[in-house]
Order: sequence, then C-alpha cells, then structure tokens
Amino acid sequence: MDIQLVGITVLWVFLYGYLITASIDFGAGFFAYYGELTGREHIINKIISRYLSPVWEVTNVFFVFFFVGLVGFFPDTAYYYGTALLVPGSIAIVLIAIRGSFYAFGNYGAKKSRVYTFLYGVTGLLIPASLSTALTLSEGGFIEEVNGEVIFLAGELFSSFYSWSVVLLAIVSVLFISAAFLTYYASRANDEPALELLRKYALFWSVPTILSSILVFVALQQHNPVHFEETLDYAWFFIASLFCFLIATYFIFNKKRYGTAFLFVMLQFFFAFFGYGISHLPWILYDYITIYSGYTNETTGVYLIVAFIAGLCLLVPSLILLMRLFLFDAEYVKGNKS
Amino acid sequence: MDELELDSAMLSRMLTSLTLGFHIIFATLGVGVPLLISLAEFIGIKRNDPYYTLLARRWTRGFVVTVAVGVVTGTAIGLQLSLLWPNFMQLAGQVISLPLFLETFAFFFEAIFLGIYLYTWDRFKKPIYHWIISIPVIIGSTLSAVFISTVNAFMNAPQGFTMVGGVLTDIEPLVAMFNPATPTKVGHVVMSAYLTSAMVLAAITAFSMLKGKRSIYYKKALKLTMTAGFIFAIGTAVIGDFSGKFLAEYQPEKLAAAEWHFETKENADLVVGGFLDRETEEVKYGLVLPNFLSILAHGNPNSEVMGLDQVSEDEIPPLFIHYLFDGMVGIGMFLAALTFFYMIALRTKRFNVENNWLLRLIVLAGPLSVLAIEFGWIFSEVGRQPWILWDILRTGHAATTSDSVGLMFILFLLLYIVLGTLCVTVLRKMFKTNPAENELEEITRTK
Repeated sequence: MDIQLVGITVLWVFLYGYLITASIDFGAGFFAYYGELTGREHIINKIISRYLSPVWEVTNVFFVFFFVGLVGFFPDTAYYYGTALLVPGSIAIVLIAIRGSFYAFGNYGAKKSRVYTFLYGVTGLLIPASLSTALTLSEGGFIEEVNGEVIFLAGELFSSFYSWSVVLLAIVSVLFISAAFLTYYASRANDEPALELLRKYALFWSVPTILSSILVFVALQQHNPVHFEETLDYAWFFIASLFCFLIATYFIFNKKRYGTAFLFVMLQFFFAFFGYGISHLPWILYDYITIYSGYTNETTGVYLIVAFIAGLCLLVPSLILLMRLFLFDAEYVKGNKS
Repeated sequence: MDELELDSAMLSRMLTSLTLGFHIIFATLGVGVPLLISLAEFIGIKRNDPYYTLLARRWTRGFVVTVAVGVVTGTAIGLQLSLLWPNFMQLAGQVISLPLFLETFAFFFEAIFLGIYLYTWDRFKKPIYHWIISIPVIIGSTLSAVFISTVNAFMNAPQGFTMVGGVLTDIEPLVAMFNPATPTKVGHVVMSAYLTSAMVLAAITAFSMLKGKRSIYYKKALKLTMTAGFIFAIGTAVIGDFSGKFLAEYQPEKLAAAEWHFETKENADLVVGGFLDRETEEVKYGLVLPNFLSILAHGNPNSEVMGLDQVSEDEIPPLFIHYLFDGMVGIGMFLAALTFFYMIALRTKRFNVENNWLLRLIVLAGPLSVLAIEFGWIFSEVGRQPWILWDILRTGHAATTSDSVGLMFILFLLLYIVLGTLCVTVLRKMFKTNPAENELEEITRTK
C-alpha cells in the first residue's frame, strides 16, 4: 500500500468518525428544538443532554483532526480549497462557533433560553449542509484555476442539481443516524416514552436516506460520469450498505436489539462512505489534485504516519474509557450518576 | 505608506489578528486554569479541606464556559490559516505540519479527559481518582500550547529545509520543529499562560473580597492564586530574559525595532517609553537606562548590539512595537512586584494582606495580565514583518487573493462581539445565582 493511500485512508477514517459522532450531535440538536416546539421537550431532552454534555468537544476534535491532517498530508489542498472556500468556509466556522458556544452557554450556564435551543437546532441542519458542499466541490466543475488564480464558481454550485442532492442526503442522514443512536440510548436508559418517540423519528427518516442516496447517484451520473462509472466497479460496497440498512430498520421496526440496529446503521454509512471514497480515488479535487500530485514530501509523510500511530495508541484507550463511563455505564445512562 | 492599503493581504492580516487576539484570551486560560484547578483539588484532598475542593469545583464550572469559546475560536483559527494564507500553508505545510498534527492529538486527549473530569466529580470512591483525571487534562492543554508555539517559533526562525528556486528540499520536520526560537517561545508562552490564569483568578477573588465577602474561603483562594502567581511571574521573567537574548542573536532587527536602536554600537542604552522623531531618529522623553540594552541582548554591558542601520529599509518592522514591548515587560514587572509584596506581607504578618488598596491592585492585575498577553503576541507578529516566514516568504505574497476578506472581517467581528458579551453575561449570571456562600453553608453544616 502506498503511503499516500495510507494517509488518505487515515483521514477518511477520521472523517467517518466525525460523520457518525457529529450526526448524532447535529440531529440531537434538531430533535431537541423540535421537541420544544411540539411541547415534548420533557420526554427527550434529558436523554439528549446526558449523552451530549461530556462528548460534544470530542466530536469537534474529529473535524479539526481531519482538516489539519488533510492540509498536512496534502498541502496543495490548502491552496485550492483554501482560496476557493473562504466565504463558505467562514460561514461554516461561524455556524460551528455559534453551535458549540451556545451549547455551553445554555447547558452549563445559569438557565436555558429559547434562543439557544433554536440556534442549536437550526445550526444542526445548516452545518452538515454547508460542510457537505466540500465533498460536492471535490467532484470538479466548481473550482477553476485561470492564469494561476483559483476561482470558486459559486453560481454553478447553487444551481447544481448534484450539489442540492448531496445537501439533502446530508440532512436526512444526520437525522436518521441521530435518531437511531438516541433510540438505542433511550432503551439503555429504560426510558419508555423517550424510546417510543425517538424510535418513531428513526423509522420516519429511514426510507428517505435510501431515496436520497439514489438521488445522489442519479445526479452524479450527470455531473461527473467518470466518477459514476467508477462507483459501478465498487457496487458491492453500496449493496452491502443497503443490506445493513435493511437489517437495522428491521430491528428498529420490530422493537428489538436497538444496539445491534445502531451498529448496522454505522455499517450502512461505513460501506457507503468508503465506497464513495474509494471510487473517488485518486482524486482529491477532480482534475486538479490527486493523492499523488498533492502529496507532501516523503519525510514529512513518514513522520505524520508515525505520529498518527503513536497518537492512536494514546487515543483509543482514552476513547474507550470515555465510552465506558458515559455510553456503556447503565447507571450513568439512566441518570443515577451525574 | 503603502503598508496601510486595504488590499486582501492587509485584510487577511487584520482578520487573523482579530481571531487570534480573541482566541488567545481563552486559549491562555485554557492552558493555565486546569493547573490551578488541579492544585486546588489536590490541596483539598491532602489537607481534607473542603474549601479548596469547593474552589476547584467552582473554578471548573466557569472554566467549561471559557473552554467552549476557546474550542470554537481555535477551530476558527485552524481553518483560517488555510483560508486566509493558502500559499503559506502550501509551502510551510510541507515542513511544519507535524507539530500542527500533534497539536490536534494533544487537543483530542485534553477534550476526552476534560469531558470525563467534568462529569465524574462524585463517581469514584476515592476522590484522588478524580484528581488523577486532571493530569491528562493539564498534559493535553499544555502540550497543545507547546506544539502550536513551535509552529510560531518556526515562522520566526525557519530551518530544517533547503529552498531551491521556490521548491523545498532536504526537509527535516524535527529540525524545523526544534528550531532556535523554540525553547524561549514555548517556555514564554506556557509560563505566561500559567501566570495570567493565576492572576485572573486572583483578580476575581480580590473583586469578591472588595465587595465585602471576607470568609476564609476567599482568603484561601487568594493565597493559592497569589502564591502560584509569584512562582509563575519569576519563571516568566527569567524566560523573558532568555527571549531577549534569542532575539539579539537570531532576529536582531526585531529587537532593534522594539528598542528604537538605530546605530550599531557597544554599551548600548535601553530606552523605556518616549517619543520618536523619525527624521532625526532621536527619542524624546524616554527613560534611558545606560548599557541595559547590551545586558538584555548579550548579558554583558560592553557588548555590541546591532542597530537598524544594518537592516535594509524594506525589512524594518513597524516601530510602534516599542510601546508593545515596553507595555508587556512593564506589566510583567508589575505582576512580579505585586505578588512578591503579597508573599512578604503574608510571611511577615506585619502588613494586612487584605488591605483594600492591595486588593484593588490585584483586581487591576487580572485584566493587565491579559493585556500583556495581547501586547506580547502583537509584538511578536508585527515585529516579524514584512515576513510571514522569516527571511523566506513575505506576508504580502502568502495571503489569499479573494476579494471577500473585508466582508468576512465584519462577519467575524460581529461573531466575537456576540460570543464575548454572552460569555461574560453567562459567567456573571452563573455565579450570581449560585454564590459561594450557599455552598459554604453546606460545608459548615456538615462540619
């Protein structure tokens, strides 16, 4: 395996980690707000805040890790994406900043405020929408280099069918992943009313994830036929994804094995995400950067890999400890320990 | 002066300064406050003193809010490096991405254990287990500061590569990371963060005492923070002196600009404050300390100190950094003197350490120490101009070419105003609705 491939795989794994943890967080924000609007906040908000409070910062680090690593392994991405994404990137930063700090203000501060919950809910949908455009851009056609100057074709992006299909998939997936996880969390907490409500949300958003995935394939075929052809070579990834989806929904629908169900939701997105990633290779930015052309020098690359392995030896046990304390400790989940 | 033109490079500098200037307040507290919390918790356990434990708990509650702002603004500056300085990141990223990457690991480590620390106060049978969790938090936050400071050190003293016709070869990431600026930069950043955090917590305590809250709880808080502040002030001063000597050797033009030292000569004098006449290059109304610049630069009153006459006109940093340098050093000395005086008063018991005037000075020391951090960073960054990567890459050539930077500046200015205001409001409300007195009552009752 080339070192470039190792590098992009590491980054992709972390982006997948962010996809799952952040989806839970983003979706939870939306459900919390929706709960308040419909007068059901007392049912689900305790569950949500018990899970989110200790881990929201960790979620954020997955993202930081991904973009610092991306620029580290592939410095050319800083040049192309950096120049092109100033405005959308800044908007995403502002949304993330509002979300993170307002969560702290609302939850650790003196008292809850409706404004905080509103912003927390809305940013939960806007952030995935804006971040997903980075993946859209990577398909090419939205960034152009003319006479050594990188230009972002914002008009193209906003009028692109493909771009909107990705946004739709991102939002729907966030809500499905989040609801599936919170269903499991509520079942661990033996919180029947919350479980019943969250299970309904999970089922409601299940079919739309598949429909919007299909929509993305259709749009991709129009937008980047080369990439679409490639995805067909890796079709088994997407079939496996669909299969995992069916198992997950089967369990949730039949009210059993919520933990296994969530595991299969994770697998569903794992296969889809990695199938998308592999078929996208070697391109990081279509027609401009590949993992080979944009790669940093050999020495730095090796150092980064070594640092990554050393760091992982530290992080994995720490993450397991975190999960044991707040995810798998039945007493904490039930709210008997705080 | 064409420097003041509002082109995208200038606007990028302004936006970066804005984000860094705001972030650094929270980052500094993020590095230092965990150490003080851990100290308080440890003393509380060892002496079985519930006042110190309460102190640790209350500081933690406030800390969570500042940490959140630190995390989100840190994410902002992390992304802005690529968004505003794409050419710099493309070039320097080849060499210096290792510590940037390591910094995210340290941050990751800190975030995990901070989450655990916050929500496990009563979960362990032995309180010392909870205290142990604070150690990885301190290690993580301090290492974050260490790694990110090596990146800034590299910008001041780049090495570990060879540049041939705009292409970097012979890259050695570790040599780049451990450049000559690293020891003093890292030491100064970490120690001054500890100092500032101690002084901010001391100032909050003194403020409460001035409002008439004089129970033993506040006395213990003041004693802890001022004692820690004294140690960190001495540490900061010693490392600060080494930083001066580093500048004299590796970035002499930065020192010369900071000291308005125009003519290369031996027995150089140090000028504090004053006004500069740019035509005659004379300083008026400044306090002249004979031979002190030679001592500061090389530790020897007879040594020669390079002046700005050796620097080509277009490589001289802006001369207003003189005031920033003096401000930073002046505040540092004030903090050292204040904490020293407090220690003497505490030991000899001749002087009342809760004298209102002393408390007022301590209240003043809080914001002043934060100001010194700001002065220090602006001095360090502006003093490196016109370079973003010293002697390699000019700032003007590294910035984005986008026309939207000005608009983004306004967007972020608004964001920081909102975050800053809300952060202060939330903190004030939090401690007002649940004053220490409520929790103190519980302690006295259980005792």
